Amino acid sequence: MTTIDHKTGQLDDASKPLWARYRPGHHWKNAAEEFDGCKLGFWLFLATEVLLFAGIFVAYAIFRAKYPAAWVEGSSQLDWKIGGLNTVVLLVSSFTMAYSIYCFQTDKIKKGQQMLLATFVMGGMFLVLKLCLEYMPKMTGYFLAFDPALSHYTDLIVHDHAKLGGLLQYVEGYGGKAPGKYFTHGFASDVNIPLWWSVYYSGTAIHALHVVIGMTMIARTYFRSFKGHYGSGHYTFVEMTGLYWHLVDLVWIFLFPLLYLIH
Amino acid sequence: MASAHAQGHSHDHAHGSYLTPKGGFWTTVLDWATTVDHKKIGMMYLVAILFMFFLGGLAALAVRTELFQPVRVDAQTGAITGQLLANWFYAEPTMAQGNDVYNIAFTLHGAIMVFMVIVPSIPASLGNFLLPIMLGTKDVAFPRLNLLSWYIYVIGSMFAVGAILLGGVDTGWTFYTPYSTSTGNEFGKLTLMVMAAFILGFSSILTGLNFIVTVHKLRAPGMGWFDMPLFVWAVYSSAIIQVLATPVIGITLLLLVFERTFNVGIFDPSLGGDPVLYQHFFWFYSHPVVYVMILPGMGIISDVLAVHSHKKIFGYRAIAYSSLGIAAVSFIVWGHHMFTSMSELASAVFSGLTFLVAIPTAVKVFNWISTLYKGSIAFTTPMVYALIFLFLFSIGGLTGLPLGTLSTDLHLHDSYFVVAHFHYVMMGGTIMALMAGLHHWWPKFFGRMYNENAALFCALIVFVGFNLTFFTQFYLGSQGMPRRYASYIDEFTSLHQISTYGSYLLGLGFLGHLFVFLHSLAAGRVAPQNPWGGLTLEWVAASPPVEHNFDHDPVVKHGPYDFETTVPPGWTPDEYPIPAENLRTAGSH
Repeated sequence: MTTIDHKTGQLDDASKPLWARYRPGHHWKNAAEEFDGCKLGFWLFLATEVLLFAGIFVAYAIFRAKYPAAWVEGSSQLDWKIGGLNTVVLLVSSFTMAYSIYCFQTDKIKKGQQMLLATFVMGGMFLVLKLCLEYMPKMTGYFLAFDPALSHYTDLIVHDHAKLGGLLQYVEGYGGKAPGKYFTHGFASDVNIPLWWSVYYSGTAIHALHVVIGMTMIARTYFRSFKGHYGSGHYTFVEMTGLYWHLVDLVWIFLFPLLYLIH
Repeated sequence: MASAHAQGHSHDHAHGSYLTPKGGFWTTVLDWATTVDHKKIGMMYLVAILFMFFLGGLAALAVRTELFQPVRVDAQTGAITGQLLANWFYAEPTMAQGNDVYNIAFTLHGAIMVFMVIVPSIPASLGNFLLPIMLGTKDVAFPRLNLLSWYIYVIGSMFAVGAILLGGVDTGWTFYTPYSTSTGNEFGKLTLMVMAAFILGFSSILTGLNFIVTVHKLRAPGMGWFDMPLFVWAVYSSAIIQVLATPVIGITLLLLVFERTFNVGIFDPSLGGDPVLYQHFFWFYSHPVVYVMILPGMGIISDVLAVHSHKKIFGYRAIAYSSLGIAAVSFIVWGHHMFTSMSELASAVFSGLTFLVAIPTAVKVFNWISTLYKGSIAFTTPMVYALIFLFLFSIGGLTGLPLGTLSTDLHLHDSYFVVAHFHYVMMGGTIMALMAGLHHWWPKFFGRMYNENAALFCALIVFVGFNLTFFTQFYLGSQGMPRRYASYIDEFTSLHQISTYGSYLLGLGFLGHLFVFLHSLAAGRVAPQNPWGGLTLEWVAASPPVEHNFDHDPVVKHGPYDFETTVPPGWTPDEYPIPAENLRTAGSH
């Protein structure tokens, strides 16, 4: 692709990669100013995200103060090992994301792409763990056959209800911890347990949505990087993607202890 | 200031104003629909917002029409009289149907006016157009986000109109739980309305974010923070609030949607939830946001008062800092919306904090009045509207004090006194400032003058109509008329009828303004570059500005209000009402 340099009117050197031919928007003085502006804008956007989650945290704090027994009972039903594993996954993915930015800044394009891919895969792993090991058993009572948590409930497994050739095993009386009006779990001792699950699902689902948004940004960066959009001369969107991914990580760093660890 | 105005016709991309069509009809439509030019986006916002203002105004007139007569059940015949609004929809409405129609009408009025008119009105339309030009730059920091925010606004408004067409909602504009968790949701209309407010929040955040970065990064060479016009300061302050407060309403409305679709119980007391939590969340956004509504208006007033009295603004820094002060205080006073649902201690604390707002606000008002003192005042329409603003906003502000005082609020809360107070600050404040700004910058927007005498006449009608409508409501409220009731005791009838007549007059005044504007577009005198003698950068640009705002990048060499020492661009010294020996020409030192 050949582009025209708006400032000089000369045809650009098509042999150079796209990032070396990048021109800032016409209202910016230069690319460095544009980068600073984008970064300021993105930090402001991250501030709005923090305030969005602040609502969830305030709701958590208020209901925890009002119904401490429900909160203790609720959080004791979460498995810290799955949450902890997810924490590790996100932390490592934050490292690969940061490393990817460094790679693009120093023109190690290939390495940067690999790191982006690794970040994307770990984001996917987080979602799979959340959906298959947490949401699905809690809502439906079905466990994956190889879920280690299944070993706690060997007596309660109903083999007649197994699905997908035994891949999904049904545990009697475990499911039904669905949000709001779909909550049917009969064994709660505290009347406010549904509220705990409401806060749990609201918080984790909105966080999971952010994981998906972050993965979409990573995917876009990944594919565009093959066309030569990012390198030492221009890596704005890579950096923004990284900032966003760290926010996703950060929110989980707060959600994990609040939901899983504090009893 | 820029010494380069009106001489750069040979420069390349400088031909033609931004309004010049790009080709045939559909090419032009497509050009506008995909434009990233802040001027076009600002004007598209203006049209969209004025349309919603029209819809919200119709709903207001419907509310006032219903209140012309109290709803009564005749003791002998059992017939219901006075259901003027419901009679349009039902042959013989029952009491419940009649009340529903009334509740829907005031909800529509409130929701449309707050979320779709007053919040975006000045920043998104006038701000979008003027902020980059006043800063001497070609565009806002993120032009594509700017266009996106307009589309999000339109989609949000369409959701709201959709909810109306599906039957409307009757929760009040605040969507308080349990109204919003228990009342009818046929076809998902309530969810649609709540989603509309949620979506509009995104538009608001994007606009605010864009403005903050623009102000930080794109000021013209030579323009320090304290060389910015006060309008920019005000829009900047309100942008901070938009960015920091709007996400909280976002999560609140999202949780409300969850509540509605899954019954998650966070706000529903029967499921263990807490309706007061909703109020805290809601007002944590909605109180700061009333300053999003008023601050840009205050910015307009600062500019208009200085320009039309040809006098340096009194206390520039005080006005600039007071905008930031209002923005800061706005976040810690939300509790005064819910004195009756908090502990006495919390109420007392919030009451005390509420009075803090009076300080930066009074700083502004006193500085404005000092600006007028010994000024060379021209009674143009913008100036008259600015004076109307001062009058009405002062009443609105002062009647806020008895509402912030616990002992008096106990009697006045949830009464028409609150309604009147709110309309004096929001309509008497923001909308009057919008009218001042629209007239002030109209020649710049469209390159046409409006008919001054006709506009002044309409302003007079609006002023009289406004006071008839809302001053009566102070009386009604102090005598015990509760808000949001379709019926009232006979003693209130005459005051309600005066208020209704006033609202018709008010509507007539705005209709008159519409005709003045349309006439100006069709047959108005061609506007000069600088009709009022302003010194800020928008008056250096052509009327209407060229595509990239300036023929040459402007360089700022004097303050925005140095009227005593500088001849405005596009003026000659003998046209100027200040002795020539005191003056220098724009651009020279």
